[in-house]
Amino acid sequence: MAAGIAKRINPEAPKPGGLAEVRRAFTGLRRGETIAGYLFLAPNFIGFIIFMLFPILFAFYIMLTDWSLAKEPNFIGLKNFETMVNDRIFWKSLVNSFYYTFIAVPTGIFIAFWLALALNRKMRGIIFFRTVYFLPQITLTVAAATVWRWIYQPEIGLINHILELVGIEGPKWIHNTKWAMPSVIIMSNWQGIGFAMLILLAGLQGIPEEYYEAASIDGASGWQRMRFVTLPMLTPALFFVVVTSLIGAFQAFDQFYILTEGGPAQATTPLTLYIFQNAFRFFKMGYGAALAAVLFLIILIITVIQWQLARRWVIGFDEDE
Amino acid sequence: MASMQKKKDVRFGQKQAKILMDLLVYVVLSIAGIIFILPFAWMVANSFKDIRGIYQYPPTFIPEVWQFSNYTEAWTMTHFDLGFLNSALVAAAVVLGQLFTASLAGYSFARLRFPGRDKIFLLYISLMMVPFTVLMIPLYVQMRWFGWISTLQAVIFPFLFTPWGTFMMRQFMVTIPRELEDAARIDGCGFFRTYWLIILPLTKPALATLAIFTFVNTWNSFQWPLIVLGKPKVKTLPLLLASFQNQSGMRTPWHLIMAAATFVVIPVLIAFIVGQKYYVRGIVTSGIKGGG
Repeated sequence: MAAGIAKRINPEAPKPGGLAEVRRAFTGLRRGETIAGYLFLAPNFIGFIIFMLFPILFAFYIMLTDWSLAKEPNFIGLKNFETMVNDRIFWKSLVNSFYYTFIAVPTGIFIAFWLALALNRKMRGIIFFRTVYFLPQITLTVAAATVWRWIYQPEIGLINHILELVGIEGPKWIHNTKWAMPSVIIMSNWQGIGFAMLILLAGLQGIPEEYYEAASIDGASGWQRMRFVTLPMLTPALFFVVVTSLIGAFQAFDQFYILTEGGPAQATTPLTLYIFQNAFRFFKMGYGAALAAVLFLIILIITVIQWQLARRWVIGFDEDE
Repeated sequence: MASMQKKKDVRFGQKQAKILMDLLVYVVLSIAGIIFILPFAWMVANSFKDIRGIYQYPPTFIPEVWQFSNYTEAWTMTHFDLGFLNSALVAAAVVLGQLFTASLAGYSFARLRFPGRDKIFLLYISLMMVPFTVLMIPLYVQMRWFGWISTLQAVIFPFLFTPWGTFMMRQFMVTIPRELEDAARIDGCGFFRTYWLIILPLTKPALATLAIFTFVNTWNSFQWPLIVLGKPKVKTLPLLLASFQNQSGMRTPWHLIMAAATFVVIPVLIAFIVGQKYYVRGIVTSGIKGGG
């Protein structure tokens, strides 16, 4: 203990984290705290190792094998990735994932932005509307997609009935190769907008009132206040919404599975569904894991690009680093 | 005098403009509200129709014949009683487990000093963004090794710990003033008693947020249960609902499916309305802090 105090006084004592520090952590007064620290972390850390760290490492092995689960895995190197090059459905599902993500995310955020702006006004009943917009978000996708599957039925569905009332003959929605993806996107946005809206609303509420007052004193018009106060101050919230929505959209699965099951003619098979089908319908574990690695790589690259681009448009982005 | 009159006019005009704008916003909000609520209303309304009402042309919104028996019929057709039990069991186990492991580890990360702490924490954060799609194949193989396929263990144990929740707990506990614990420590409380008696009561808002998030996510979870729960006896509600609609014959019994969808959705709706404050706060804090 005396040595400990001496070291604390001595400025040339080894830096924390050094071997001496480790030794000290296991002796004397600090021993109890160290042991408690590890013990409290243990249940969590054991779960983390077994159900996260190990599977991630294991995935690297699986993707280099052909494994049907019935037999022992065969190590085949990068052959799964070679197979991908000539796999027409893989490319199709890749295109579908991008189509879905890059239409659903921008349109969703655009609508969420206007709703958040409207909800940011000081009026009665705002919380009621906020709750209503958010309800689909917490509804299980399976139930929501089930209801929408019926709403989309060409002959007896609600949408085509409504369209008929105004004299439009509705398309066949989820049964048509051209309309199936827009159908999924509309349903997904109906369900997912609440999340983006809530974050943008919090961002708007975080803008100090003085900024608007200062802008008004300077004679800024409504549009100028929006352009030079609201939008720049909202960029951190927008950035967060863009990044999480992109990641989420690439992982969307439930609505595709229930609404269209990937059809018609693979028009709505995204990468996630194709991975699922390979692994758990055709029992190609190796190929499935290789496809999952591609998905992960795409998400990683897009996230990194977002962080790089953020420097250019997100206010205060560099300061936080 | 004249200028004052003019000023008043301007202010009067501004007020009118604000009222007009408010009205316009209300109209837009209401139209959007109808679009958001319509599928729910359609679901509930049709859950009371008979099969003729479902296929009737043109359709009516309010059922012409009210058939309340849809609920009992849907309930008994696919063992929804077992489904509810399974879903409730899984949700309860996962929520309680996560609250325990995340708060304990959060305390450890936030307050206790031990070698390697910050490195382990960094590892947690960096793996938080690994998509589940990457984990599911190796995890499935693991479940086979454990002999857990088609058992509830497979949907409980991998989710008893949460990097995201641990992160949230740690961030919350860091803000609790140290003096409170120091007093307890001087009074002779051990670390666990300090955690249990001092820290946990102060962490209630964060615990409530984690609980409601985890409940909603677990209750709604579909992809992983679909992969590991094959036998009807262990199926959770989303799986039953999904398989329910595939049993259809010539005419899909949409009235029964809507009844089933309604009673599957209700528990989450109640959980959300009860815990809305915590849910919204969870999204907002994770959003702003995570994004900033």
